[in-house]
Amino acid sequence: MKPTEILFYALTAITLLSASFVVTARNPIHSVLALILTFFCLSGHYILLNAQFLAAVNIIVYAGAIMVLFLFVIMFLNMKTEDEEAKTTITKLAAVVVGGVLLVVMVAVFRAASMATYNPSTYSAKVGLVENLGLVLYRDYLLPFELASVLLLVAMVGAVMLGKREPGDRHF
Amino acid sequence: MELTELIIKGILIVVLFGVTLLIAMYSTWAERKVAGFIQDRFGPNRAGPGGIFQPLADAGKMFFKEDFIPSQANKWLFILGPCLAILTALMSSAVIPFGESIRYEDLLIPVQGVEINIGILYVFGVVSLGVYGLMVGGWASNNKFSLLGAIRAASQNISYEIGFGLSIIAILMMTGSLSIRAIVEQQHGFAWNLFNQPLGFIIFLTCAFAECNRTPFDLPECETELVGGYHTEYSSMKLGFYLFAEYINMFVSSAIIASLYFGGYNYPGMDWVRETLTGSLGAATGHNLATLVGTIVLFGKIFFFIFFFMWVRWTLPRFRYDQLMNLGWKTFIPLSILNVVVTGFGLLYDVKYASWAIVIVMVIMAMVSSARAPKPAVQPQRT
Repeated sequence: MKPTEILFYALTAITLLSASFVVTARNPIHSVLALILTFFCLSGHYILLNAQFLAAVNIIVYAGAIMVLFLFVIMFLNMKTEDEEAKTTITKLAAVVVGGVLLVVMVAVFRAASMATYNPSTYSAKVGLVENLGLVLYRDYLLPFELASVLLLVAMVGAVMLGKREPGDRHF
Repeated sequence: MELTELIIKGILIVVLFGVTLLIAMYSTWAERKVAGFIQDRFGPNRAGPGGIFQPLADAGKMFFKEDFIPSQANKWLFILGPCLAILTALMSSAVIPFGESIRYEDLLIPVQGVEINIGILYVFGVVSLGVYGLMVGGWASNNKFSLLGAIRAASQNISYEIGFGLSIIAILMMTGSLSIRAIVEQQHGFAWNLFNQPLGFIIFLTCAFAECNRTPFDLPECETELVGGYHTEYSSMKLGFYLFAEYINMFVSSAIIASLYFGGYNYPGMDWVRETLTGSLGAATGHNLATLVGTIVLFGKIFFFIFFFMWVRWTLPRFRYDQLMNLGWKTFIPLSILNVVVTGFGLLYDVKYASWAIVIVMVIMAMVSSARAPKPAVQPQRT
């Protein structure tokens, strides 16, 4: 086996193990830490695909910002084992149904999808680097890119509206 | 990669790693010496001449203290906290270019751990991970004060990361590259980014203070409010790792400030030095000596910034927490966005020093507001 193949299999094994630990862990903090490890392994996969920019952005945005906020909120809530009672049979059943439907949809999509092929002789190894990504984003996909930024702006304004203290609100 | 290149690269990485640790170790000694100088006392002067062996004595003390784990603490996460802190601190120096290149026969090897074309994003990612060590350790201690310290650390780091990132964007717009080596090479000679980006530099410097949890932003370990902050329950070398990680972070931030804004290994007259040395000593030796001079210049800049970190620590008092948040969200983020916009205009209309306009306007506004402010009435002294 080539070294990259060994790396790929090792990374995949860690990804799957930590991802399954995310759902099986009893302690929500352990669950979040396992999710961070999963994001790390995904970044490792991006680096194996020579997409360094995506790998770095994945770490900065998901592991560095979003998961810090997750951990932040969970620490504030201070969840203990007594919360187990909140999960009634109906919620468990609903969770199983939703998860099962999602699994069926995913399997259907991956069965229908076709693998794109590439020609090794003309393939440029720099396709995942930041220059090419920027050119593609700002030339071919300019409109969707700008629309996504508007979506983010709307979400931000909404968050500010929710968090804003109105006159008459209690001052904590 | 050939074997000789691999060996030279390996030696180089080990040396850079060792130098990072050595400088962090002697920063602890220098900090106390600087504190002593500022407070008009001696500082450590018992262990060796001028207290030069003080870090070794401290390390010995740290190792032989009782390694205590509180009974209600989450044991594995309690151990993981300091490990994460020191791991993320040590990771970030890998992409900093410490010098131009070493010439060995026909090989040219850059004096840098690894050159990647997203260097500054790598640093940014690793810095944003640094907060996990503090958060995990603070939570796992099962202590209210530790938890409060951890939460403060997290909110502070997240808030200042935005200003940090936006101030870098102005630099990236001017250089058009994410690689730190490319950014440094564009500042050849005396064309340092400081002269084009004064505002960005000030924002970056302040955010670096906040990211390192240094005074005046050391709210996570504020003794007067939180006992010891996130490391209240820590003892022995685990505490040592937390403190050591802070000094490594300080070194790395100084190195990044020096590379981004102060030209890295560039200095005025470097071409002349290179030509004279290669002319008189031969291509290989002269080239390596010129690289060495550049590296020494870079380390001079780094030491100046480490000194600056200490100077500020022993001069300024700590911010209040709402002041810290207001400064981060209401001052630095709008200012750095303005800086990005003005730099963009400057690039469009080819005005190199556009960023100075904001600085001049700010200085005038500050002078006007201080001139208009009512003078405090002189209180008659009670007799």
